[in-house]
Amino acid sequence: MNLDLGFLLQQFLTGLATASTLFLLAVGLSLIFGALGIVNFAHGSFYMLGAYLLYWAVRGNPEGLWWGLVEVAAIGLTLGALVERALLRPVYPRPEHHQILLTYALLLVIEDGVKLLFGAAYKSLGPPQALAHPVWIAGAPFPAYYLVQILLAALVAVLLWLFLKRTRMGLWIRAITQDRAMLEALGVPVPRLLTAVFALGIALAALGGGVTLPMQTVSPGAAVEAVINAFIVVVVGGLGSIWGSLLGAFLIGEIQAFGVMLWPEFSIAFVYLLMAGVLLIRPWGLLGRPPALRT
Amino acid sequence: MLRVEELVAGYGRIRVLHGLDLRLDQGEVVALLGRNGAGKSTLLKAIIGLVPVRSGRIRLEDRPIEHLPAYRRAALGLGYVPEERRIFPELTVRENLELAARPGGPWSIERVYALFPRLAEIEHRPGGYLSGGEQQMLTLARTLVTNPKILLLDEPTEGLAPILVRAIAATIERLKGEGMPILLAEQNLAFTGGLADRAYVLETGEVRLAGPMNALVQDPRVRELLAL
Repeated sequence: MNLDLGFLLQQFLTGLATASTLFLLAVGLSLIFGALGIVNFAHGSFYMLGAYLLYWAVRGNPEGLWWGLVEVAAIGLTLGALVERALLRPVYPRPEHHQILLTYALLLVIEDGVKLLFGAAYKSLGPPQALAHPVWIAGAPFPAYYLVQILLAALVAVLLWLFLKRTRMGLWIRAITQDRAMLEALGVPVPRLLTAVFALGIALAALGGGVTLPMQTVSPGAAVEAVINAFIVVVVGGLGSIWGSLLGAFLIGEIQAFGVMLWPEFSIAFVYLLMAGVLLIRPWGLLGRPPALRT
Repeated sequence: MLRVEELVAGYGRIRVLHGLDLRLDQGEVVALLGRNGAGKSTLLKAIIGLVPVRSGRIRLEDRPIEHLPAYRRAALGLGYVPEERRIFPELTVRENLELAARPGGPWSIERVYALFPRLAEIEHRPGGYLSGGEQQMLTLARTLVTNPKILLLDEPTEGLAPILVRAIAATIERLKGEGMPILLAEQNLAFTGGLADRAYVLETGEVRLAGPMNALVQDPRVRELLAL
């Protein structure tokens, strides 16, 4: 096994690129659960839809990627707001299993909708010309697009942190995960806030799907794989915690990258082992709140 | 200012209030007396909108509000201070105030800091690390910065040491002096006796007695209803 530093750095960066996608995917799931109390089984479907939307938006031209991503995020916001208003709002007072059934139904509808609109075949799109060639890192080639993916996810993480920490709406979102009824009794327009959180979470998932398309193909089956990955991330990191999603995505990305290097046949199992370990030792996730502290 | 007419409200299928009438006028402090479970908290929650109203009316300055969601009622000027205090435990003292603050009235964060200097000292401390007395100050301050026209206070002295009870009483006295109408749910007759102008005594979700506070304090039936 070749263990020189350049190779390790490459594996680390590959892990970070995986983590970038996982973070964009999982952070919305976590935000939505924290604020709405809804486990969104359709989250991976919006990720997949984001990839298809990007494919549609650029119309085969990889140079349209950047503007395409802006469109994907904007459509994600709109779609998320519509779904929250039209479908989720009526089920808030219902028992939890109704909400789960609804988001699961949404998963099925989006999967078939995508088949109708785009067909069942794989779709792919190359990276823009400027990023199509590898960059040389520590004497070995590395996909330039991965670096962009990492930077973009880092930018989203910083912007999200600033939004939650420095804006009034961010303050409300942090408060709503703690006591929704009290927040409403203080005059905060909770229904609009819930719409905004869901729309934001969906836009992030769609953006994640879009960003990943130039390195991966997309098919209707991508939704289920994505939602399982998102759940693993939030279970490890802690459902409802933004930093948990970041940490979970980082750990899983790196474990996959180095797992492949150490024991390729077993690399997926490492991820599940981590999840099982976290569930045994801290069932609420590494950065999540123990149930007793939730109010 | 605030009128409650034949109010029926409760949780799910359980009705707690059975046709309750009540009035709160400008500048008045009105006490809601009654034992635990008499319906005092439920009444305040029904007024702010945290407990659904089955029938009857709630009017704020002649406008019916019983069909409005809680945040609209709060925006119209109802300020609710819950018995459980319900501080956001992971937000700092200052953040607890910032999220509620609404300009357009006399109460700013700086002004509630002047009223409760202790809150200014601990403004960066998370809500979950406050003592009971600090939490009570914060919950009251947090509602004040919404600049309400009416205060709904639910058992503000519960579980507090006598010195803190006196501090809260002084604060309510001061708010009353500024003309703030207050609906005050309390079991502590000694505490409300000196503060309230009028009182309603509740039992099993209905008004049993109502009248001026000084008359009710003498009334043996009140002591009986409160099981004193």
